[in-house]
Amino acid sequence: MGFLAATGRAFLVFLEATGRLALFTGSAVSHCFRPPFYPRQILRQMIDIGYYSLPVVGLTALFTGMVLALQSYSGFSRFQAEGAIATVVVLSVTRELGPVLAGLMVAGRIGAAMAAEIGTMRVTEQIDALSTLSTNPFKYLVAPRLLAGLCMLPLLVVVADIIGVFGGFLVGVYRLDFNASSYINRTWEFLQPLDVISGLVKAAVFGFVISLMGCYHGYHSKGGAQGVGAATTNAVVSASIMLLVTNYLITGLFFSTK
Amino acid sequence: MTPAPLTVPKIALRNVHKSFGPKTVLNGIDLEVAKGESLVIIGGSGTGKSVMLKCILGLLTPDTGSIHVDGQETTRLRPREREKQLHKFGMLFQGAALFDSLTVWENVAFGLIQGAHMPRAQAKEIAVAKLGAVGLTPDVAELSPSELSGGMQKRVGLARAIADEPEIIFFDEPTTGLDPIMADVINELIVQCVKDLGATAVTITHDMASARKIADRIAMIYQGRIIWTGPAKDIDHSGHAHVDQFVHGRADGPIQMQIRAL
Ligand SMILES: Nc1ncnc2c1ncn2[C@@H]1O[C@H](COP(=O)(O)OP(=O)(O)O)[C@@H](O)[C@H]1O
Ligand SMILES: [Mg+2]
Repeated sequence: MGFLAATGRAFLVFLEATGRLALFTGSAVSHCFRPPFYPRQILRQMIDIGYYSLPVVGLTALFTGMVLALQSYSGFSRFQAEGAIATVVVLSVTRELGPVLAGLMVAGRIGAAMAAEIGTMRVTEQIDALSTLSTNPFKYLVAPRLLAGLCMLPLLVVVADIIGVFGGFLVGVYRLDFNASSYINRTWEFLQPLDVISGLVKAAVFGFVISLMGCYHGYHSKGGAQGVGAATTNAVVSASIMLLVTNYLITGLFFSTK
Repeated sequence: MTPAPLTVPKIALRNVHKSFGPKTVLNGIDLEVAKGESLVIIGGSGTGKSVMLKCILGLLTPDTGSIHVDGQETTRLRPREREKQLHKFGMLFQGAALFDSLTVWENVAFGLIQGAHMPRAQAKEIAVAKLGAVGLTPDVAELSPSELSGGMQKRVGLARAIADEPEIIFFDEPTTGLDPIMADVINELIVQCVKDLGATAVTITHDMASARKIADRIAMIYQGRIIWTGPAKDIDHSGHAHVDQFVHGRADGPIQMQIRAL
């Protein structure tokens, strides 16, 4: 009986948390479309997410592309398929590794920062102060972050795609002695628009999820510095997990063979 | 809307209850504040003074009971009406609650720019004037709140609360954590600001010097209820044991702290 009760209670807690998140999401999204809008806030978030994430996303993409080329060379040479390396690199980067790795890096960087900033504002009553100054916290704090996440992650992934493919090219040409122009031809040969587009759609969803988790956990944090710390951890962990799950779902939508 | 008759109190709370989980914080608050009056609420830490203010503002929703502002029920307002209602209020928070991503003048001008849609240049002029009114020089305007001392932060918070000239101002422990001289400076500023604006003021404090200076009327909250209210001059002969104990700051009396012997 004790076990059943505990399971039931855990399930109820889970349902409550899901419901709370759903309400938060609905409210946040609806405020994205209703004025007043805060262009300064949106711009600030876009710069934070887009511009300042460039170095870490760029580095991640570069080394991912390089290691992909090395790995597939050592693997594919076992059955004389070295020629497929360029294709493998470009497809892996655009469809999968670009969006996922950029998303995970941004989740660590931005999700944590958002949760910490909004959480601190919550526990120091700055969010209450916003309300008393005729400003809706959802419109001023949450909506700009959601919009910026949604818009900037695809742009970051475009950059990651280009740098990742370039990393593969560097290793292919300077380390594995491929002919540069044939490597480039191989890269384009089998690439289809859908490969890139699916990656960008993923990126947009990831950006939204990361911002949502950062805002949600920050907004509901309580109890001083410790509460803000917990909110930060929860934001990064839940954003990463949701990112991996949605990644699988979107891949299934785009590329299911049946 | 017809103008409210003079007898309608600016703020009226009737039997307001609020609990957090199993913990009852407000247990049937009844309170009225007349227009233009300065009411001070005294009471121990954690007795629900801040929670009461947040219920009036609508930042928290009471479990039961009614709250009227200008004769209008506020506990069931829709979001848009609530926003309009909040225009009437200014609040100085316990920890000042300045926006640390903005400069001092942007903090003071926040309500003017975001709420009243004033151009930034004009709002800045007003902000600098309001900072002057609380005794801060224009060069403070460009600093970030984290560069200010506690007393200066309180003053900026005060300037922000009065910047768009609210009808009702709440001060939550305005002098807590300040030295006695700075505390008195803040008290003077509050009295001055309330007089200049002709506003209705509710101040929370457990600093009796501050209460005597600011109050027209004093109310004491204990165990989630208002146990005494009266004119400020009666505070020393209230004839109420709880009030006497609080005013004189004695450890023994009807109010017992939950302390276990070591
Ligand atoms: N958002 C909240 N969630 C849970 N408990 C709260 C919340 N706000 C206040 N409380 C509790 O209510 C009680 C009264 O708090 P408060 O009104 O801040 O006291 P004070 O009279 O010192 O201002 C405290 O015990 C506090 O723990
Ligand atoms: Mg308090």
